Amino acid sequence: MNFRQARWSEPLVFEMSFEGRVGFIPPRLDDEIVRVVGEFRLPEEVSRGEPPNLPSLSEIEVLRHFVRLSQMSYGVDLGPVPLGSCTMKYNPKVAFKYAFHEKLSYIHPLVDEDYVQGLLEIIYRLERWLEAITGMDYCSVHPAAGAHGELAGALIIRRYHELRGSIDVKKEILVPDSAHGTNPATGTMAGFKVVEIPTDERGNIDVEALKHVVGESTAGLMITNPNTLGLFDENMVEVAKLIHGVDGLLYYDGANLNGLLGYARPGDMGVDVLHLNLHKTFSSPHGGGGPGAGPVCVKRRPVKDGITLVDITPGYRVTFDERTGRYTVREPGSHSVGLLRSWLGNVSQLIWAYTYIASMGPQGLRLVGETSVINTNYFIKRVLSETKLYTLPYNPERPRKHEVVLSAERMKYETGVAAEDVAKGLLDAGLHAPTIYFPLIVKEALMVEFTESETKENIDAYVERLKEIERVALENPEEARKWPQNTSVTRIDNVKANHPKTVTPTWRVKILREKGVIGPLR
Amino acid sequence: MAHPWIPNSVDGIRRAMLEYIGVGDVSELYKDIPEDVRFKARDWDMLPIGFGRPLSEIEVSRHMDELFSRISPPRVPPFMGGGVWPHYVPEAVRYIISRAEFLTAYTPYQAEVNQGLMQALFEYQSLVAELLEMDVVNCSMYDWSSALGEAMLMAMRVTGRRVFLVPETMNPRHRRVAETYVKPHGGVLVDVRVDREMGYVDLDDLSSKALGDVAAVYMEYPHYTGVVDVNVGHVGDVARRVGALYIMGVEPISMAILKPPGRLGADVVVGEGQPLGLSLNYGGPYLGIFAVRWDGNLVRNMPGRIIGLTEDAQGRRAFALILQTREQHIRRAKATSNITTNEALMAIAVASYLSLLGKTGLVELAKHIWYKSHYAAKKLSEIKGVQAPLLKGEFVIDFTVRVPVKALELKEWLKRHGIVAGIPLNGLAWFSERDLLLTVTEVHSREDIDVLVSSVEALVSR
Repeated sequence: MNFRQARWSEPLVFEMSFEGRVGFIPPRLDDEIVRVVGEFRLPEEVSRGEPPNLPSLSEIEVLRHFVRLSQMSYGVDLGPVPLGSCTMKYNPKVAFKYAFHEKLSYIHPLVDEDYVQGLLEIIYRLERWLEAITGMDYCSVHPAAGAHGELAGALIIRRYHELRGSIDVKKEILVPDSAHGTNPATGTMAGFKVVEIPTDERGNIDVEALKHVVGESTAGLMITNPNTLGLFDENMVEVAKLIHGVDGLLYYDGANLNGLLGYARPGDMGVDVLHLNLHKTFSSPHGGGGPGAGPVCVKRRPVKDGITLVDITPGYRVTFDERTGRYTVREPGSHSVGLLRSWLGNVSQLIWAYTYIASMGPQGLRLVGETSVINTNYFIKRVLSETKLYTLPYNPERPRKHEVVLSAERMKYETGVAAEDVAKGLLDAGLHAPTIYFPLIVKEALMVEFTESETKENIDAYVERLKEIERVALENPEEARKWPQNTSVTRIDNVKANHPKTVTPTWRVKILREKGVIGPLR
Repeated sequence: MAHPWIPNSVDGIRRAMLEYIGVGDVSELYKDIPEDVRFKARDWDMLPIGFGRPLSEIEVSRHMDELFSRISPPRVPPFMGGGVWPHYVPEAVRYIISRAEFLTAYTPYQAEVNQGLMQALFEYQSLVAELLEMDVVNCSMYDWSSALGEAMLMAMRVTGRRVFLVPETMNPRHRRVAETYVKPHGGVLVDVRVDREMGYVDLDDLSSKALGDVAAVYMEYPHYTGVVDVNVGHVGDVARRVGALYIMGVEPISMAILKPPGRLGADVVVGEGQPLGLSLNYGGPYLGIFAVRWDGNLVRNMPGRIIGLTEDAQGRRAFALILQTREQHIRRAKATSNITTNEALMAIAVASYLSLLGKTGLVELAKHIWYKSHYAAKKLSEIKGVQAPLLKGEFVIDFTVRVPVKALELKEWLKRHGIVAGIPLNGLAWFSERDLLLTVTEVHSREDIDVLVSSVEALVSR
């Protein structure tokens, strides 16, 4: 093992402070301004008096500090990050300079369209491309992230039933038990009751169970396909029929779209509403947890009186006048679910995704999908044929798509080494761990998604490391519990992190607790 | 075709992998997709995606250059705020957030390998906590408006009530977003009168509306109108009296010189992080600030991720995601919010911005802006027929102006002189079509302001 992460004993900015230092100063005020305005003054009731307790640091100290912190972080630009359902693909560098272009620094969202015709063209065209990729009739780039797009979608479902006068009856959103946690959370946030649907032995939505639950109170169902097991849900078309049969809407969670690219489109399979994650499928960088972008797309499904789902989508609308060649931005219409944020969208992420799709074209995207699926199935076959303690629940014969969920349950049973230990063992070899303990329907889950960006060499290295971990588990399980040793810190004390007497969400809390000003979190 | 971003697309590797898997053609891996919805390659390749074929980097950058040639920022940064503002972004901040390890990382689910990222986010939380004098800050929401929506949902959970008292001059976009969030749960926003001379909330009107059904009272600080309301502390008293939460919405740079919400009785503070080192970008990404005071019930009901300070197995300082039982991946339908991806990279920008400016720099910046906006107001008020500020309450960045022509006419006129200025206020509360919201910050030089003033004068005295 030759991986060794940086281990700076880097203090907090508060601990580095030296009174009087400063890392940035505004220009000197013009004497004329001071003469005209006079003395600085604020009403007593709202005057701060003392400056805030921020640190005082020079520019180089701040820069070194954050560069050191970056060295104790791990992203796709360092190595594989095969987090399942996260689609951590390469973020092509050609997009960077446009996404973070300095020209955009002072472009206030309320400036006239004249100033931003090129930008509006990017947004307008991106929406049309996303429609073609998904088979939907209209996409809006308004939502700020995947979960925000889900909320938009669930509110569209709500509005649909409101306009049809059935919202007092349509109280339930159905969610498969394999779904991302955001789905049920979104249902609740949009004011619905959430009902879980089990998964059948083949890894599809259990249609028989679904039939028992679907009824007049069903507002809609949220499906993820390929689902979080990496399996294409073969019952999707039937599920759509069942939901439409009770005037419910079918919602599609686009987190796993990589697995369909080039072969199928949700819009052709009965989906009414969906969201996409531009920071997954379309290569916008994830930034350590955002910004994302979660466009919401709909079919032109009639609601009533000539209104369709397109009319109730949220956010501003970029339109194009072919006669004048001019792009304009319109306020949401009167039937729209409204605004989910103040402005148009996360523009940087939109520019990134536009650059990516423009580079790829349909052929490139098909190659993306195919390669992600090949990578997954290659990995599965190697693991299953060369190890004994990793298993593949839910119909191991079926090919997976963009991701696979292995189980370390047998390893845990036989050696005591759990999925979390496996994850830490991977970290120790300089490989990012998979998503663990999700989906909930697989015990000791290891959810692996290499995406199309990973090399065969790295997939092989991952398999070799999993084999090594298995060997250690069998021979010396105590060692596995000491992983990781090569990262900036060793295993984290989560009890201390969360205990009411020690939980420390800010430096302020630590200081006030030490001074006896605040007690345990109650 | 080997693609530069897809290493295994090279023919030799692809064939070897397929052979190992045991299929002759990749399409065999897609056989479980029903045939009537499965695409044949040639049909897929005909879809109107991109430009119908892959483009090389040279082609793409020429294309993007062409599009960007049709993005033309105004010569002078816009005199426009109203929720997001033109501010200078130090190069060091841009540099820090372009670091690959931050930019291309996922959410730090594996803490041991992402300590640096987590420390940066903890520092963001801690720096904002000091600025607001609030104890707990999450590691970001999407923007101010969605943070407000979530704060209101939280108030409904905590109090079991559904009415929100808001100032009638509230930011109209924030109001619309908040309504989108609370409507499915029966939440209602009720206006509280604002006096037309100073721009302060009418405490009598507030008291008469503060009944037992109020979940929260919301105050902007400063108001959307730019006015710093001297009643902010009293508003909190009224909220507390009826058992409602007090939510404050803040512009963060002015917090350097204004009495912080933590000293004004705020239970929850939301706000826009954009002024602290983020470009305007025509709409995003920005950052929603979300903070609460040290109260277990509030903390356990708050949305979003929180990074906490702890130790590793060897007693070294370490950072972890904390209080996760509030979150969607654990609590599913019972979570406090569905949020997962937030604005982490933007939070790192804010952390580095606040570290750079620090105690002295931020106060100096806030005063600098105060001086310039007051200079602009003073100069404008010397023009016959112009009232600046229209509302007499103290202000820092934004201020209201009444002109003797229509606000829209003035905007058009200024635009022809290369100046983007003002947000018309017509339609908001009692404002007229001659009223607008004007903004001055450190990016405007005295010359810029003088040009603005003389252009207004040229129209008004025509």
